[in-house]
Amino acid sequence: MSTELERTVPVTEEAELERLVGDRALSTDDHKNAPAFVVRPDAVQDVLFDLRDEAGFDHLSCVTAQQYEDRYETIYHLKKYDDPTQEVSVVVPTSTDEPVSQTAEPVYRSADWGEREAFDLVGIDYEGHPDPRRILLPETWQGHPLDLSYDQDKPQLVTLAEHANPLQEDHRDAETDTMFLNIGPHHPATHGVLHVKTVLDGETVADVEPDIGYLHRCEEQMCEQGTYRHQIMPYPDRWDYTANMPNEWAYARAAEDLADLEVPDYAQVLRTMGCELSRMAGHFLALGTFALDVFGDFTAIFQYAFRDRELAQDILEDLTGQRMMYNYFRLGGVAWDVPEPREEFFEKTRDFLDGLPTKVEEYDDLLTGNEVFQIRCVDTGILEPEIAKQYGCTGPVARGSGIDYDLRRDDPYGYYPELEWDVVTEDGKDNYSRVLVRMQEVEQSAKIVEQCIDLLEEWPEDDREIQSNVPRTLKPDPGTETYKAVENAKGELGIYIRADGTDTPGRFKIRSPCFHNLSTLAEMSQGEYVPDLVASLGSLDVILGEVDR
Amino acid sequence: MSNQPRQAIHDSTAPSTDTRDSRMGEGVDDRFNSRLREAFGSTPFILTKFDKFMNWVRGSSMFMLQFGIACCSIEMMHTYAIKHDLDRFGAGVPRASPRQADVIIVPGTIVSKFGPRMKRVYDQMPEPKFVVGMGSCTISGGPFQEGYNVVKGAEEIIPVDIHVPGCPPRPEALIYGVAKLQERVANGETSPVVVKPYELEEFGDLPRDELIDKLAAEIDEEDLVMRYNWADSP
Ligand code: SF4
Repeated sequence: MSTELERTVPVTEEAELERLVGDRALSTDDHKNAPAFVVRPDAVQDVLFDLRDEAGFDHLSCVTAQQYEDRYETIYHLKKYDDPTQEVSVVVPTSTDEPVSQTAEPVYRSADWGEREAFDLVGIDYEGHPDPRRILLPETWQGHPLDLSYDQDKPQLVTLAEHANPLQEDHRDAETDTMFLNIGPHHPATHGVLHVKTVLDGETVADVEPDIGYLHRCEEQMCEQGTYRHQIMPYPDRWDYTANMPNEWAYARAAEDLADLEVPDYAQVLRTMGCELSRMAGHFLALGTFALDVFGDFTAIFQYAFRDRELAQDILEDLTGQRMMYNYFRLGGVAWDVPEPREEFFEKTRDFLDGLPTKVEEYDDLLTGNEVFQIRCVDTGILEPEIAKQYGCTGPVARGSGIDYDLRRDDPYGYYPELEWDVVTEDGKDNYSRVLVRMQEVEQSAKIVEQCIDLLEEWPEDDREIQSNVPRTLKPDPGTETYKAVENAKGELGIYIRADGTDTPGRFKIRSPCFHNLSTLAEMSQGEYVPDLVASLGSLDVILGEVDR
Repeated sequence: MSNQPRQAIHDSTAPSTDTRDSRMGEGVDDRFNSRLREAFGSTPFILTKFDKFMNWVRGSSMFMLQFGIACCSIEMMHTYAIKHDLDRFGAGVPRASPRQADVIIVPGTIVSKFGPRMKRVYDQMPEPKFVVGMGSCTISGGPFQEGYNVVKGAEEIIPVDIHVPGCPPRPEALIYGVAKLQERVANGETSPVVVKPYELEEFGDLPRDELIDKLAAEIDEEDLVMRYNWADSP
């Protein structure tokens, strides 16, 4: 069965890790998901280099920063691309008076943006960081909002300087003949509110810098204010708002791990089915908007994609009562069983699935078989797998570069291991491959949904348990920490939660796949034409709600 | 078909001759009648106030700005797209440039960094212009109302004519909102003037205080800035 791991990755035992880190570890910490080593702020690179090169931890999944009463702390969550169940965390405490810590950027490129975010929101300085600026909040912001002493009522000032006319004289460089061009934040091709600072040499892109934060809605703060049981679940729906349901699973998985909750099998099947339908909806939207980006097709493909997305949304609305913000997961289960009459629901879903092959053919004719489309996409926006790994890319973006990495199979959860499906990869490394991956993933998702429907239909009536026993107020033990990730439509969506003994999390950190995927934009488009930059951006399929959180 | 005698082709022109005849015949041809024409009666003239006529025209042909912010914009796209098809109501041509648009649908959460940009986009639209606020976020900040970075509703920055509540509102709700706006425009109603606490101002014009002094080294006197007094927000 394809869903089983065929690879044999050497397992690094904890003892070996301990030997490797040696006496650079001040102590060890007990995270629920992985062993954690506490190291001195000036030994960060040393330890990380060893873990990467000697033990093979080539994926810096997430950088979490937080403040305690007596110290600041940065946590580097490491994984292996070949086997993400092997994890290790490196914890770096720094003093409150002088929160300075060595940067991890030379070891993992993905630490660049990760640490900028940590500086921006929490206020830790990273020594040696190549670009120590704010990333989400405006440059002129005062204070660091997730700092314990932050006063939210203080006035703030935001400038509009970047909006100077791009064609004015001083945007031309007299010596090198380049021109500076702002794309966004209000621009039809940026998929929302993204600002791309571009330097052009003729039609060629000389330099690109995505400027994000135009949709930074304080999701982490909101989640830290909500109670575990019910108040947090609505927020994940609003991270990746094109394929909403898989996000709920990220929170559910982390919180269930934190509080040791069981989920009944029947609920797992429902979850799996809902998530895959939602993933399909997200991929349809990605296809439609991508076609819109590369050849301005607002009439045919865009509308076709929306037609199919509507169908998927209709089914999900029957299941959850909502078109987009499902809020369907509950800790320990789901909110509802499939609607009565069940047969009708199953029939409707089957109709949708039966119609898909014809539609996929249609997409192939219209889109991937289209010569204009191919000229725009084949061999543009090349993303080499080594670079993708360095930047922490996951999801269809990584799989389009031939990285065989899918948490549904590699770090199994839910009902996925029980079902027959394949992880799709393409070796083209270009914009075209990423589209192909998404199209094929739609078919794979359909396969999964079909099996779920069969299972649900045959499930014995007296065993349809949708929710396990969960205490009314959840108060995980103080100091419990966990980091868990799931595969959402864009890649690895991870959640770090630290419990502080109350019914709300002490720290809630979101590892967003789009954030990391977007950071490769410069690598992909430098030296290419401007239109290819737009195509690359479209093929990354970033959702700004998830990038900025 | 080429093996048919030419006569057949000749025949085929007959109907159009009929049409021409009937057009030239007495009275008004039925086929060219419309409900509007019927309403006018036998004389194709109406007497109306110019303002009224303009309002009616404005309401019946709206150019929307293609403007996406957050989750609500996905439902907005659904409203434009197949099935809901806002175009049926004479309001479905999204314009990419604010200079060609008369209606801006604000579909999502506005955060501090985006506030000045949205104001700028709004300012670039030619008069008369109308605003539909879509979703709870544009009413109060919605689910993110308590966020340190979230503007508590679109009305803090630009005037809003129609609020469509929901998170996100269904496409039907947005259509209803747009239809209501059309109705109001056609009736010549204007929206009440609201207090807009957050304005774009030159940095040099701001009253000096601790924050301004701190930033004085970084920001030019002439730079446009928006100052958020969070403590005064609703
Ligand atoms: S109102 Fe709800 S759906 Fe709309 S932008 Fe705000 S959070 Fe998103």
